[in-house]
Amino acid sequence: MKTIKKDGTLKKIFCYIKKYNLFLVLSLVFAAISVALTLYVPILIGHAIDCIVGPDNVDFDRIISLFLQIITAVVITSVCQWLMNICNNKITYQVVNDIRKDAFRKIEILPLKYVDSHSQGEIVSQVISDVDQFADGLLMGFTQLFTGVVTILGTLIFMLSIQPKITFVVVVITPLSLFVAKYVAKNTYQMFRKQSETRAEQTAFIDEMLSNLKLVKAYGHEKENMEKFTEINHRLEKASLKATFFSSITNPSTRFVNNVVYAGVGLTGALAVIHTGMTVGQLSSFLNYANQYTKPFNEISGVLTELQNAFACAARIFHLIEEEPQTPEPENAVVLKNVKGEIALKNVNFSYIPDKKLIENLNLFIKPGQRVAIVGPTGCGKTTLINLLMRFYDVNSGSILVDEMDIKEITRHSLRKHYGMVLQETWLKSGTIRENIAFGKPDATEEEIIQAAKAVHAHGFIKRMPDGYNTFIREDGGSLSQGQKQLLCIARIMLCLPPMLILDEATSSIDTRTELKIQQAFAKLMEGRTSFIVAHRLSTIKEADMILVMKDGTIIEQGNHETLLKKNGFYANLYNSQFAK
Amino acid sequence: MKNLFIYLKNYKKEAILAPLFKMLEATFELFVPLVMAAIIDTGIAQKDETYIFSMSGVLIALGLIGLVCSITAQYFSAKAACGFAAKIKEVLFDRMQSMSYTQIDRAGASTMINRMTTDVNQVQTGVNMVLRLFLRSPFIVFGAMIMAFTIDVKAALIFVAVIPVLSIIVFGIMMLTIPLYKKVQKQLDNVLEKTRESLTGIRVIRAFGKEAEEIQEFDERNNSLTKFQQYVGKISALMNPVTYIVINAGILALIYIGALRVESGILTQGAVVALYNYMSQILIELIKLANLIITMTKSMASAQRIAGIFEMAENQTEISKSEKTKQTLPNEYKVVFENVSFSYENAGEYALTNIDFKVKKGETIGIIGGTGSGKTSLVHLIPAFYPAGNGSVFVDGKNVQDYKEEKLREKVGIVMQKSVLFQGTIRENILWGNKSASDSEILEAIETAQAGDILRKKEKGLDEWIEQGGRNLSGGQRQRLSIARALVRKPEILIFDDSASALDYATDAALRKALQTLDYHPTVFIVSQRTSSIMHADKIIVLDDGHIEGIGTHEELLKNCLVYKEIYDSQFKKEAAS
Repeated sequence: MKTIKKDGTLKKIFCYIKKYNLFLVLSLVFAAISVALTLYVPILIGHAIDCIVGPDNVDFDRIISLFLQIITAVVITSVCQWLMNICNNKITYQVVNDIRKDAFRKIEILPLKYVDSHSQGEIVSQVISDVDQFADGLLMGFTQLFTGVVTILGTLIFMLSIQPKITFVVVVITPLSLFVAKYVAKNTYQMFRKQSETRAEQTAFIDEMLSNLKLVKAYGHEKENMEKFTEINHRLEKASLKATFFSSITNPSTRFVNNVVYAGVGLTGALAVIHTGMTVGQLSSFLNYANQYTKPFNEISGVLTELQNAFACAARIFHLIEEEPQTPEPENAVVLKNVKGEIALKNVNFSYIPDKKLIENLNLFIKPGQRVAIVGPTGCGKTTLINLLMRFYDVNSGSILVDEMDIKEITRHSLRKHYGMVLQETWLKSGTIRENIAFGKPDATEEEIIQAAKAVHAHGFIKRMPDGYNTFIREDGGSLSQGQKQLLCIARIMLCLPPMLILDEATSSIDTRTELKIQQAFAKLMEGRTSFIVAHRLSTIKEADMILVMKDGTIIEQGNHETLLKKNGFYANLYNSQFAK
Repeated sequence: MKNLFIYLKNYKKEAILAPLFKMLEATFELFVPLVMAAIIDTGIAQKDETYIFSMSGVLIALGLIGLVCSITAQYFSAKAACGFAAKIKEVLFDRMQSMSYTQIDRAGASTMINRMTTDVNQVQTGVNMVLRLFLRSPFIVFGAMIMAFTIDVKAALIFVAVIPVLSIIVFGIMMLTIPLYKKVQKQLDNVLEKTRESLTGIRVIRAFGKEAEEIQEFDERNNSLTKFQQYVGKISALMNPVTYIVINAGILALIYIGALRVESGILTQGAVVALYNYMSQILIELIKLANLIITMTKSMASAQRIAGIFEMAENQTEISKSEKTKQTLPNEYKVVFENVSFSYENAGEYALTNIDFKVKKGETIGIIGGTGSGKTSLVHLIPAFYPAGNGSVFVDGKNVQDYKEEKLREKVGIVMQKSVLFQGTIRENILWGNKSASDSEILEAIETAQAGDILRKKEKGLDEWIEQGGRNLSGGQRQRLSIARALVRKPEILIFDDSASALDYATDAALRKALQTLDYHPTVFIVSQRTSSIMHADKIIVLDDGHIEGIGTHEELLKNCLVYKEIYDSQFKKEAAS
């Protein structure tokens, strides 16, 4: 089964290479020329040596003319070799480039379910380390496989021209080394897989701990980490040693086969000299060629083991690339335009894990421009509702309608573009502050950007930064505080003004003085826009047209502030508890 | 970079034996032509078939010995390489864990991750190859040269000329490509960064429909990586062709000089053939060496980058040692800030200026202030995450710089702004706070942190599995569990860095109530933006733009601190009015 899988990988790799057929052919041509000349040069040198017979018996004129031929051949060989290498470089790095592109494109259309349930480090390791290792294997494979094959063919022809019978001996014994190589490769594939898996485990651990290194240090958890790390490290060391050692047996083994070939040629050759009319000179050049002929087998088998590793890596990348994407959009998917903002949920059922029900039979109707606040204890399913509205996840059954259109029939792009989302977890891309504010509207003018920043009172601190709006922020915000990041996230929305809003604890990290100042901007933002607000501050909640009180995935109360207070239920309880103290 | 290779010392035996066996194998290889010569000179000349058969047997025997030597060498080199890499990773991980916060800021997570993974792998491959081949090649190159001298000194001088030229080419290209490979790695870092970023920001990117732009940016970085790779590839691909030309030039020179010397009767034709053979042998070894050198150049570049992290970590220890102050204060105060100013590395402005206050044991301190007013910076100075620039911070009367890192941090339980949990069970996560906590202590902490209901909802209780980063929990659940993590260590100083922001008011209030009943009476610092979270504190510090705007109780501050009053009004007037 594993070999079938491997073959599949090979096929896929060839699919990628196909695009660069021209370079492949060129590379083969250059390889052929350079190898043929490499084999021919010794013959010319041999002729030159034949001109040096003894004292006062040296044909200098012929030597000089042979020299000219040799120089030409050598220069052409070198140039062809170089060009071949360039072609191989081109193919390898382009193929790798294509694979990375495909992997990244896949990441962009993977269902969030996949991303949420896989460790980030694992995915990153596939796109970076695995592809890198694959590149190394592929490049080595190309360069050596090509010249190897051509050398074998070339020497075969030269040998046949000298003595067909002994050539037969060489041809029969040599494939033995390929069998050895194949046997070793088959057995080491599993070991490389194991190494690759353990390495992924380690990368995930490293990723987790180094990304949160400050926390690790704050809790003095270094020692435990070290222990865990050492444990994985030991396992990896063992797996590595096994894979490296067993795969490296190939080379000596095939070299041994070559020595057997050499001995075989020596034996049959020597007998042929005694019994038939072969000359010693022919035997010696035959031995030379036999040597040249078997050497590539050596390299090829070495390359094969290297390729094993490359394949194991490639298999993992292809696994990612072939991961099922999110449900494709129907062909006639509607591009949402001029949205009024009416939202309806009909009999919606949803759960993350099949046997663990979360949202059951949820029905909801929201008129355009209504302000909906979602309230409930932490972990009641507020975020899940947002996941469904934005279609980060698909409902299990039932439907969600925007302006009476099922969101499954709308392109994801246009649906999401009509929502403005500010999440509690602030994410900024690495780039300048300006780029971050204009994230949703790249063609915004300088004035609009500053306007948006001023509206959320971020202009002041941005101005104080070393390069103002051109300050570059790295890796998720860097030196900005959570609150500052959140302000930028809000400014980002201010600039595009989408017709529907989702504000999930959008101001949780902003101090209330600033919040009060940006309240006006917020009010303007929400005016006439259907908005979903998850917040703790009751002032925000009280002003909502509709309050949804959620608990354990279901809506237990629904209504505006007054009606809910009168009801004296969960909401009233929550409200009173806040001011009880 | 040298200090990297001291980690090979545990594998001294392997690192010596591997090349040794490799040389042994090479020596046996050198015997082969002699045996073959014997077959020709004796076997064929005397038509002795049994001799030919037995000599062929000797050839196979030589091959077998070579096989054994070679496999032994492979084993030792694999062992040394894997062991070396494992050791480096271990030390590297250790060094990274002992970096200061400033250094962590400086290095950046993705760089550190890359050093630990791709770079160490590269070094491992490099060491493996070097042990297998690097000594073998010079051995054969110089061996061939010495053999040439035994034939004819004058002709051998060509070897003396050719070998340095070859070395210059080989090392020249190496020197040229090492910095280039470094740049390639930098490009790879960029690609890594983009990949990570688009995974962490996946929701926002999709919400804004920016997938196409992300792809475009990725493509740009990816293409620029490819361009660099191909450029470096072009240069290192010069190695083989150029050495080929030089060697052949050497051969031509040999033949010409040989011809002259044969002409004048000093040398024989056979000797010229032998010299030619030795020169060819060098060529074959150099081709092997060239492949090796590409691998090695990459490894060296990786090794240098790893060494960079080592050096960075070393600098730190020196600084902290030189700053020993031995200052002490009377012991009545738990935490004292004495005129502290602080700025982050490479930041122009001070994050904190002239912070001066004293806190008694068991007091609860509220810290409030606007976004970016320095609240987090202030509490981060207590466990000495960052060293105070000017002035000093004291805990229990001792300057925090004079504490051993773990001694100081044992006293402190901090709940960070961003709550992070780790892959593992809930129990394992809570145990981060205190390794030796019993289940009942853990449960107690969880109850105090108002996280009891999370546990009750989970079938497996404390053994419930948490995914990496706590993905399978909501923000509020993560927050409460990370509070429990801080509580379980029963710290003398408890710091909440705006950590109640993900909690609803009711939970927040219940949490504060529970904190007051703790029997070990910790000194508590609550950083918050909500007045309700801190108004009952014994003392409230109001920060504005990095300096203290007022210190006092809620009532005092309402009277005489304008900033505090503004904050309070912004939150309470509106909410309490209706």
